[in-house]
Amino acid sequence: MSVGRSVPFFAGLKYQGGGPMLAWMLHRISGVGILLFVGMHVMASFFMQQMGSDWAIAINTIYESWYFQLVVVFIVIFHALNGLRILALDIWPQFLQYQREALWLEWLVFVPVYGLVAFFIVQRALAG
Amino acid sequence: MYSRAVHPGLTFEYLMWLFTRISAIALLTLAAVGMIAAFILGARTQMDLPTLMRWTFFPNPNHVISSAIPDITLGWANGFWQVMQILFVTFGLTHGFNGLRIVAEDFFAHSFLRPMMRGLVFFLWMFMLLIAIYVILSS
Repeated sequence: MSVGRSVPFFAGLKYQGGGPMLAWMLHRISGVGILLFVGMHVMASFFMQQMGSDWAIAINTIYESWYFQLVVVFIVIFHALNGLRILALDIWPQFLQYQREALWLEWLVFVPVYGLVAFFIVQRALAG
Repeated sequence: MYSRAVHPGLTFEYLMWLFTRISAIALLTLAAVGMIAAFILGARTQMDLPTLMRWTFFPNPNHVISSAIPDITLGWANGFWQVMQILFVTFGLTHGFNGLRIVAEDFFAHSFLRPMMRGLVFFLWMFMLLIAIYVILSS
């Protein structure tokens, strides 16, 4: 835990962590994002199911829209693939010296998987 | 690089670290089962990709109700998928709220605020779990 650190905020922003730091930040942001999405969706579904409330239907309509699905698919696929990388490096720590290559492999898998899904979502949205 | 034997002991942090890994594998397995079953049930000709993604993330019959499936009671809405959904939310919410606790602890010093934050996360976890299971069993 980094509690008790005395790094000023702007010095922290200038830290040149590179790819692994970007993955760490994206993992946290996407994790909190998924939790927020799932929590809001569960509550909205509850109120939609039990009392058909207008704001719940509005939230779930946003969640069904194609532009929101592009975001959700991005954060879920990234969180899953990055989690697999963390898991693999935890099981085989002798490969930690190749962690930057593991990161490249992760993005190499991510780009076609997400690109294909995004292509079909956008294509269907544009076709109406 | 050399390795040395580490004996972490059964602390709460170690158990949650282990649970995060195990639940991650469980969630990916559940998603794979959902997607493969959807294709066996005829997803290729009966639904579009966003609908398949929604079913994969969470196999709720309400997620496929607007597709071209003629009758969702044939295979898509039954007790098996309710059990799958309960497993999904239990693993998912526990994984997620433990992650939220870990993220939040980086922003809380060792003061009275930390146990209060932990209590809030625990309360939210129980609350969301109950609501989610209620929604699953009544949908």
